[in-house]
Amino acid sequence: MALARLQVSPSVRAGEAVEVRLLVQHPMETGFRRESDGRAVPMNVVNSLVCRLGAVEVLRAEFGSGVSANPYLSFWIVPPASGELVVEWVDDAGVKGRVAATIAVT
Amino acid sequence: MSRRHFLRAAGGLAAGAALPAAAQSNRILPVQDIAPLIARITGGRPVEKRDVTVELPSLAENGNSVPLRIRVASPMSATDRVTDLHVFAERNPRPFVAAYHFGPVVARAQVDTRIRLAVEQRVLVIAALTGGRFLSGETHVVVTSAACIDEGI
Repeated sequence: MALARLQVSPSVRAGEAVEVRLLVQHPMETGFRRESDGRAVPMNVVNSLVCRLGAVEVLRAEFGSGVSANPYLSFWIVPPASGELVVEWVDDAGVKGRVAATIAVT
Repeated sequence: MSRRHFLRAAGGLAAGAALPAAAQSNRILPVQDIAPLIARITGGRPVEKRDVTVELPSLAENGNSVPLRIRVASPMSATDRVTDLHVFAERNPRPFVAAYHFGPVVARAQVDTRIRLAVEQRVLVIAALTGGRFLSGETHVVVTSAACIDEGI
């Protein structure tokens, strides 16, 4: 259900910093919005997100309702070795998502 | 209700609606006390107000998606690095925006994202460094079209 994009340069020279860009498709409902019939839309945001490279935890994030819909995140890493960069997240409804990209360190 | 009474009441409502927008948003979304949230991060240790750059447009057209870049002047070496970033918007209905925890692979103390801002306000970032040190930075943003409160007012 959850769509996402993880963009990172597929090949990196050893010791070089590379930007990781992540876009998760999620409404990030604040809980303040109402349907046209007046019912409140319950809060549902991606509350936690983890990025791992192999077994190493790269970055962990917690989001509140102050993060925009379709959360975007970019950060810089120096990958120590080739591997699969995996991002996993979970929202308030318990729905989990996962996206991965492969990095080759040359 | 007589027509006269109705008109009088309606006039009062109209006058209320004509209040300056800033005064209205002040009433609806007051500055919230984020000191307890900060204390939970720092454990009461001092926070130095330097080296944290909070890059936001000074005027945000749409409060639903405001680009934010946080940068901390840090060597990001194994012994001297930023470990966590905490973002607060004290006039959002929920002041906590996001927290980022950096593992050892993160090369720069920099994060780009997009946030929601309810009204014109100050955005505060607390950075936790190795050795139990804390830095902070802040930026003031003017929001023309607010997030979160697009109804009911």
